[in-house]
Amino acid sequence: MKIVIIGCGKVGSRIATQVATEGHDVVVIDRKRKALDAVSASSDVMCIEGNAVDYEVQKGAGVDGADVVIACTDSDEVNMLTCMLAKKKGAKHTIARVRAPEYYGQIGILQREFELSLAINPELSAADTISRVLLFPAAKSISTFSHGHIEVVELPVAKNNPLIGLCIKEISNRYKLRALICAISRGNEAIIPNGETVIEENDSIFVVGPHSGIQNLVCDIDVFENSAASVLVVGGGRVTYYLTEHLLANNIGVKIIDNDEKRCSQLAEAFPKATIVCGDGSDEELLKEEGIARADAFLAMTGIDEVNTILALFAKEQGVPKAISKVTTLSFTDTLKKLGVDAIVSPKDVTANIIIRYVRAHAASSGDNKLKALSKLVGGRVEALEFDITQNSMYVNIPLKDLSLKSGFLIASIVRKGRTIFPGGGDDIEVGDRVIIVTTQKGVTSPDDMLAEV
Amino acid sequence: MNRKMIIRTLRKLLMILGIVLLAPAAVALIYGENVLPFLIPALILIPLGLIGGKEKTDQTIYSKDGIIIVGLCWLLWSAVGALPFVISGDIPSYIDAFFETVSGFTTTGGSICTDVEALSHGALFWRSFSHLIGGIGVLVFVLAVIPLAEDRSMFLMKAEMPGPSVDKLVPKTKKTALILCGIYLGLTLALFIFLCVGGMPVFDSIIHAFGTAGTGGFSLKAASIGAYGSSYFEIVITVFMTLFGVNFTLYYLMITKKISRVLRNTELWVYIGVFLASSLIITFNIISLTSGFGEALRDAAFQVSSVMTTTGYSSTDFALWPNLSQNILLILMLMGACAGSTGGGFKVVRVILLGKILRHDVNKTVHPRRVDAIRLDGAPVPEETIQGVKSYTLVYFAIIVLGCLIVSFDGFDTSTTVSSVISCFNNIGPGLGNIVGPMGGYAGFSWVSKLILSMCMLMGRLEIFPILMLLKPSLWSRKTL
Repeated sequence: MKIVIIGCGKVGSRIATQVATEGHDVVVIDRKRKALDAVSASSDVMCIEGNAVDYEVQKGAGVDGADVVIACTDSDEVNMLTCMLAKKKGAKHTIARVRAPEYYGQIGILQREFELSLAINPELSAADTISRVLLFPAAKSISTFSHGHIEVVELPVAKNNPLIGLCIKEISNRYKLRALICAISRGNEAIIPNGETVIEENDSIFVVGPHSGIQNLVCDIDVFENSAASVLVVGGGRVTYYLTEHLLANNIGVKIIDNDEKRCSQLAEAFPKATIVCGDGSDEELLKEEGIARADAFLAMTGIDEVNTILALFAKEQGVPKAISKVTTLSFTDTLKKLGVDAIVSPKDVTANIIIRYVRAHAASSGDNKLKALSKLVGGRVEALEFDITQNSMYVNIPLKDLSLKSGFLIASIVRKGRTIFPGGGDDIEVGDRVIIVTTQKGVTSPDDMLAEV
Repeated sequence: MNRKMIIRTLRKLLMILGIVLLAPAAVALIYGENVLPFLIPALILIPLGLIGGKEKTDQTIYSKDGIIIVGLCWLLWSAVGALPFVISGDIPSYIDAFFETVSGFTTTGGSICTDVEALSHGALFWRSFSHLIGGIGVLVFVLAVIPLAEDRSMFLMKAEMPGPSVDKLVPKTKKTALILCGIYLGLTLALFIFLCVGGMPVFDSIIHAFGTAGTGGFSLKAASIGAYGSSYFEIVITVFMTLFGVNFTLYYLMITKKISRVLRNTELWVYIGVFLASSLIITFNIISLTSGFGEALRDAAFQVSSVMTTTGYSSTDFALWPNLSQNILLILMLMGACAGSTGGGFKVVRVILLGKILRHDVNKTVHPRRVDAIRLDGAPVPEETIQGVKSYTLVYFAIIVLGCLIVSFDGFDTSTTVSSVISCFNNIGPGLGNIVGPMGGYAGFSWVSKLILSMCMLMGRLEIFPILMLLKPSLWSRKTL
């Protein structure tokens, strides 16, 4: 597909690299030569230096016939303008990053009038991600499919976890599992398990199923943690703003510490039910005074990544069950997680992932059996793909035990008429089903890819 | 420095050389000559690419790795490609064979053979086939076909393609390489057909089509194109030599109907202008030696085109021309062809940029506070490119001076020494005077000079830095990161 990316910042370059690797023709427009050089050095993309609002530059980049135009510059207005122009000139899909809270309320209208295929608010998306983790603390990460009916949850297997030493079949029987363990992260490896795979200590298992099914498993193996009742947040920025709304709606107590008086007033006005404290969140004494040790979850949301990281580590030391840090420059995340930070959320990362999912989904839109959603698991090594089976194909109406799949593929779940089916040998895939396939293979765009060559 | 990846890439490249050698082997077979000189190296090289299998190497290479791969690849291809000549006995001395092979790949066309017409068909084909490949570039040729370094392949292409800045034609590097090869081979085929139609024997047409396409200059006649005494061949080859000296991007732009961008290209106009002006001046200068205006113009145009595009074919012995004409040719040798073409030399665009830089600097001296942007083809020239041109100029002339110094030890006259170094460095082939002129060759040079001239040829083709880098000891030391 022909993809034009406007704005080569962190998000733009991240998308460019990923999408070029998946084989698409990518053109990147940016005003700064340096940003372009950085991307062209590591990816097979074409770079154009210029102001994307200038139609000549857009034309030179081939916007007229482009399949997807993605605008992720620093300015919302530029993003919307360039997308509008591109759409009028023939681009098929346009995606704009619109982050200002002022546009948040009317994003629906803007999307309609500017004919945007997708408008992304990074801070809102990040807030969503964080609230999901807070509402399900046992999980290290959560992805949703089928409008939230199905989740893929990452559970850590620490010492004394009853699952250690059991193989998947035994677990399924013993706990009457209404979910499926679809992937295991062991050290640096990603494993797609079969019935005989045994769980080891320090694994992270990825469980797919309806929320209730996973909740039951978590209770049974006794790693259930109550969802946070009270949350301490340092930093009152946009992510905090969106997050607070969500948390308060779920009856979670929120305390926000911010250094800026004006900001504090705005927050106090917007959220009467939350406690707003004006002070320096990086002051150890202040944190202790505000009861960090009693918090169920700690969120480090300042504008400085390093401060966020230290605060999160401090919170863990103080015994807070869940510490989440926001970062913008996404480096060293593996190291940080090993040090103890429970979750690292990067709005730019979240944005890039959403856009990449969209591109992937539409790359396969050649009619049959569309890719509806995609999630990356195990640090990107495993992908969970949700397909809508609308047409008959080689794998339809054949009992799963008769289907020969390539290694590294697993049919994780089938949703038929609202019911979730955990695929056993006798089940089959029918037209009208929603199927979730988990795989270590990259670039899968159709369920056909899972069939082993006969 | 990603050593594993460099070695792996070089192994694959050597395997491709082995496959390429099968072509001259086939030619030798057709003419009933000994196939072994080509077959033996081929059989040794091809397995090289297959062993080592699927080790998990980190595929990431950077700019430095790209330059090293290009430099080493050309050196290795030349070193190994020389073997068939030695084995068959066509060129018994290895240094001579190395010189000839380097001359082939770098599309220089200067020869150490004293009797070209006695060479076997296989050897003649191999010489000219190396022109064809070297012209478009070994790596461009390979990139079009095989995935060498996937995402990082741009580094390889940039290191090999001539010109101050290299841009892609389309987003994917592989497609860009394919398009360039397509245009290149298309033009080659057209020339081949023109020559055959004009009555040149098929084998000769192949040799000369390859030689013109790569702007190389190897012929199978001692007197080069002049041996045929046909104005048709001379005119056809003049036209095609000129075509191959043009930036291939312009051809792509013409195909995609972006004519206005082609017309805006300053380099093209200067190239054409210089060609016309030089041809006319020389025509009037040599008219007394010829039978009339027509013949003088034909000879002048042929030689100017041949020298400007650094091909090196000759239609007449220009060593007999008056000094004015010979000096003009010498200066044209320095300028070279357009960037992004198969021609060598300093490149017309750099000459244009130097002119603009000079004017800018003079303005600055006269009026220091004035702010003046250097522009080319309607767009400002990035500071990096300007610095690049300045440093390239310095190294360029430094190498010529150094080269002349070393070759002087052979004791030839100044005209021969200087023109031989300039000719090899710019990948032209023949020099001035009787010894290295169109009727002469490089046989009489010492082995030291032959090696130095070979290095000059490689540096000229790869625009100096890839080869220069290989000579830096700290590059190889494990202590420097």
